Amino acid sequence: MAQTVIDTANHIAAYAAKAARVQVIAAYPITPQTSIVERIAELVENGELDAEYVRVESEHSAMSACIGAAAAGVRTFTATASHGLVLMHEPLHWASGSRLPIVMPVVNRTLGPGWNIWADYTDSMSQRDTGWLQFYCADNQEVFDTIIQAYKLCEDERVLLPVMICLEAFILSHTYMPVRIPDQDKIDDFLPPYKPKWFLDIDNPLSHANIVSPEWYMEFRYMMQEAMENAKQLIPKIDKEYGKYFGFEHGGLIDKYKCEDADLILLTMGTIGSESKIAVDNLRKEGLNVGSARVRVFRPFPKEEIRKLAENTQMFTTIDRGISFGMEGFLAEETKASLCNQEDQPLIAGFIAGLGGRDVTFKNIEKIAKKSAEWMRRGRVEKETVWVDLRE
Amino acid sequence: MVKLMVVVPKTRKEMPVTTLSVPTIGSAGKTGFWRDFRPVVDYSKCTGCTLCWIYCPDGAITRQEDDSPKIDYDYCKGCGICANECPVKAITMQREGE
Repeated sequence: MAQTVIDTANHIAAYAAKAARVQVIAAYPITPQTSIVERIAELVENGELDAEYVRVESEHSAMSACIGAAAAGVRTFTATASHGLVLMHEPLHWASGSRLPIVMPVVNRTLGPGWNIWADYTDSMSQRDTGWLQFYCADNQEVFDTIIQAYKLCEDERVLLPVMICLEAFILSHTYMPVRIPDQDKIDDFLPPYKPKWFLDIDNPLSHANIVSPEWYMEFRYMMQEAMENAKQLIPKIDKEYGKYFGFEHGGLIDKYKCEDADLILLTMGTIGSESKIAVDNLRKEGLNVGSARVRVFRPFPKEEIRKLAENTQMFTTIDRGISFGMEGFLAEETKASLCNQEDQPLIAGFIAGLGGRDVTFKNIEKIAKKSAEWMRRGRVEKETVWVDLRE
Repeated sequence: MVKLMVVVPKTRKEMPVTTLSVPTIGSAGKTGFWRDFRPVVDYSKCTGCTLCWIYCPDGAITRQEDDSPKIDYDYCKGCGICANECPVKAITMQREGE
């Protein structure tokens, strides 16, 4: 029976892994991810989930164990955060290059120093070029649904790339919210068992990730780029299909809210996108024609949809919970890059907010929008990157 | 199961999505080419102790029925560890081409 549970996003991620019938879990604890693999340990221990639970000695080993398991042809899961994710950096490339459909929640947390366990996108953003797909979630329901959707997506032979499911530390990971968990029968129907194209098999021996000469290497990289483009086509379809099955859709690549007639669009990610919707409603009451576009998928980056949004608006305002030092916010960079060579570009203002877990509330967002609207009326962005509520 | 190729593909369409290899001799080159000195076994001296088999760092020695070594010259790089380890000096290193 479908049921509604009230739980944290971390526990919900564990239930999603169970619902996806994952077969191997590699577990290494790190705040604020630990309660994902802890809850899975309980599910395996009490017999609710029939899976191998591998306790490894580091995150580098966790990803390596997942690579081995996925190469043996089974559905594989691990979860990490922050320093754990960056320790995984090397095997992340081995996973994507080997085209293994691993799904991994990343509970977005700052990188030290200063030592800090709160929300920040620097960890996953520093892994954006590893060939992994990246989803960013706005609430606990989306965490559950995206994990199920992600397996369907990444096991598709047109994709075959691993996926990070990014969710912000504490704001989601440790916050209780009601989540609808569908019937297992229906989930099994939506997500059939993984059928690998190849796997390590002692009766039919092969090896993967071997040496490739310059003569052949580029073609393998091209195929990864092609797979990303295929994923861009499939993500909205799978999200819609999921909606038909279970009643929840999350906007495909971009979750758009009141964008159709908006003069100013707030481009955000994750929970800042949820707060933005409240800000949009409040600002519209004050007569400001604003909309919210929450970028749900950062890799592949939905540049075509960004271009479409740009056609009917005067201004984009990006809000980034992270910065590429020496340049700008990640979303600001990608948005600008997407619009290069396009005619009639909107103004683009970039705001940096919420680093190290500082709250970004709808009130902050309303201020950001009002500042942007001022610049929009003057037809000029007066400061390229604004740090919100920064001490003088 | 993906159809595994033992021939080199000509176009991108014929390639697998990632690098897959089936075990074929010399699929990544025969490393025996690297050898300057060749281990030669004097089977009349060999006692079948298997130390050479244990120490070979490349797995280029297999054990025969009587535990005497058989050296795979396709992969033996000629490091000489087997000759060094042999307690009865049944393996000697001889310069290639002589």
